[in-house]
This record gives sequence, C-alpha cells and structure tokens, in this order.
Amino acid sequence: MQTQEYGYNSKIEGDVVLTTVDAALAWFRKNSVWPMPMGLACCAIELMAVGASRFDISRFGSEVMRFSPRQADCMIVAGTVTYKSAGFLKRIYDQMPEPKWVIAMGACASTGGMYRSYAVLQGVDTIVPVDVYISGCPPRPEAVLDALMKIQEKIGKQPILQGTVAAKLLNLQEK
Amino acid sequence: MSALESANKIKAKFGDLVAEPTEFRGEITLKIVDAEKIFDVCSFAKKQLGFDYLVDITSIDNYGEDPRWSVVYHLRGIANGEEVRLKTDVGEEKSELPSVLPVWRTANWHEREIYDMMGIRFSGHPDLRRILMWEGYPHHPLRKDFPLAGKPTDVPGVAFTKVTPMEGGPFVTLPSSSDSIAREPRVRVPENAERAISDKRLVDGKLK
Repeated sequence: MQTQEYGYNSKIEGDVVLTTVDAALAWFRKNSVWPMPMGLACCAIELMAVGASRFDISRFGSEVMRFSPRQADCMIVAGTVTYKSAGFLKRIYDQMPEPKWVIAMGACASTGGMYRSYAVLQGVDTIVPVDVYISGCPPRPEAVLDALMKIQEKIGKQPILQGTVAAKLLNLQEK
Repeated sequence: MSALESANKIKAKFGDLVAEPTEFRGEITLKIVDAEKIFDVCSFAKKQLGFDYLVDITSIDNYGEDPRWSVVYHLRGIANGEEVRLKTDVGEEKSELPSVLPVWRTANWHEREIYDMMGIRFSGHPDLRRILMWEGYPHHPLRKDFPLAGKPTDVPGVAFTKVTPMEGGPFVTLPSSSDSIAREPRVRVPENAERAISDKRLVDGKLK
C-alpha cells in the first residue's frame, strides 16, 4: 500500500505532483531515520541481525547506523541499562539534535527486565522519553522493524512547518 | 607431586600458621590462620611449588559471625595441573589483609572487585579503586546486610540509584527437570523452597 502511495514511479517523472510542504518534508524525514545503536547487552546482537541482509533495515531507509549522536535521529536502546551506564546514555541522548525519537528494545530497556536488582535502571523511560517499547527477550528482528514502522507512522503525522516562524513567513509572502 | 603433597609442604613450611589440609571430593583446602601471612604463603606456593596461575580470589560474608569475612584463593599449577584452595578469615573491624599482587599480577582486578563488592581492603595494592560500581558509591552490594533492591544514592554528575520495586519478589527459579513453565522464576520464599526440596515435597517444580 505504501509503495502505491509514495513509491517512485518513472511514468509520472517530469509531471507535476501536488502536495503540501509539510507532507513532503515528513515523507523525507520518515524514510531516512538514522538510528543511534545504543547496544548495551544481548539485544544489540539481535539489532545487528536487523541491519544485516536477511532482515535488512535499509528497506526502511534506516541502514545508516550513526555512532555519533550528532548525526542520529532515533536512539535504539538495545539492552540492559545499568545505573552506571544511565549517565552516559542520557548524555548521548542530550547530544542528539532535535527532532529525535527513542525505541526501548526488549524487556530490559523497557522495564529493567529480569534484573530486579540494585545495579539496573528499571526502564530507560525514567531518564529519556521513549516513543516505542518492544517486548521480548530479545525481540525478534521483525519486531524491531515493526517498531521502526511505528516511528515512521508517528513522524508522518507530526507537523513540521505548521505553527513555526517559517510557516508564518511563507504565509506573509503569499499575502 | 600431588596437590595434597604440595599442601603438606606449605603446612611443613609455615607450621602453626596453617591448619591441616582438608580434602573434599578430591579438592584440597588449606586454612591460613593468620591473614597477615597470606602473602608469604602465596609467594612460597608460586616460587617453590609451581602454582603459577591464580584462578580466582573470592570473598564470603559470614554475616552475624566473627570473624565476618572469609577470603578464598584458588591456585593452580599450569605445568602439573594441581589445584589448591587457600582460605583465610578477616575480622570486620580490621577488614584488611595483604595484597598478593606482587606474586600474581592478575590479583589486581580480583582484589579491586572484592574491595568494591565486599569492602575488604588490600594493603599494598597500588590502585585500590572500585571496579564495577563508581567512585563515590557509598555501599558494598555483596554484603549480606545490603538489600537486593539496593539503596537510594546520588553522586551528582556521575550516577544515581533508586530502590528497585521488588513486587513481592525476589523472583527465584527451582531446580527441576520438568517444563519451562515450572522452572520459570516466580515469587517464592526461598527458605520454603529449599525445605520443600529436602523434604521431597517438591516434584517437577510443583509443591505437593
């Protein structure tokens, strides 16, 4: 369905496509979500499978895993967040440019998982805002892709220019 | 030369400072009466008896007893395959014994871990810092009087901890050969489970 709606169609190349600036920007944005792979435990191994050929995250435009937070859009917290690593996780999140999203991958990142102990943060949502939680220990790669599609859905609905200064300037020019 | 002969040589060298070697399931344990002598014993064991590999150092909290700490050294000779276990006790008010780092360099991180988790210090250690928890963390988590759920702490700019909600836990599993549902960790009172196993009331992970 998505292919029909948005896919590249050589037959209409050169023709005119009518859309709003917001819809076009959202389309660009949601199809190039660059993940920040926050691999902290065994979920990171499953995350590698998501990136490899069998599951192939590049089908969703997210193959560019960025190990620099300044170039990333979506932090995938893959694994157990200990209190010791909570500090730098927050710092990395703070360094990511807006807009940014967070996926809590697996039971540990979502809730602390099986680690009910003094050393483990009970859910990464206590320090960063989480958009999608994935269940599983570890989750299947398909589940990660599903989470990514949910993020894309969310990005597609988010207004980009509406209500901003840029939109007001555009309106003034029209008038 | 067997492990028992090596242990007897240590006993002969140090006399009253070392108790008679005991054997359990083919493993030899030597009790060092005075913890201050642990360096000399280890040094002798390595240089004269060929125990060139320190497998592990670990510590035990005998909570409520005196002396409170036991420190256990596992020694192995790579060439002859012998293994000997050295045990020594340390009182809580002292909580210190000599480092064996000059004998085996690998003792560095083992001793740091014991210092971090149990709070026993090693005199002569060149770099006695915490290894798992962070500097400034005020507790020693493997002590028996430290709750599993932890205690709230905050070292600004470094790390914080909160008390973990136990939800009626701890969640424990039971030894069982039956299906994974029976083995699954659940809220159980560990003492009851142990008693049930010894009374043979526990069959296939279910209480009779």
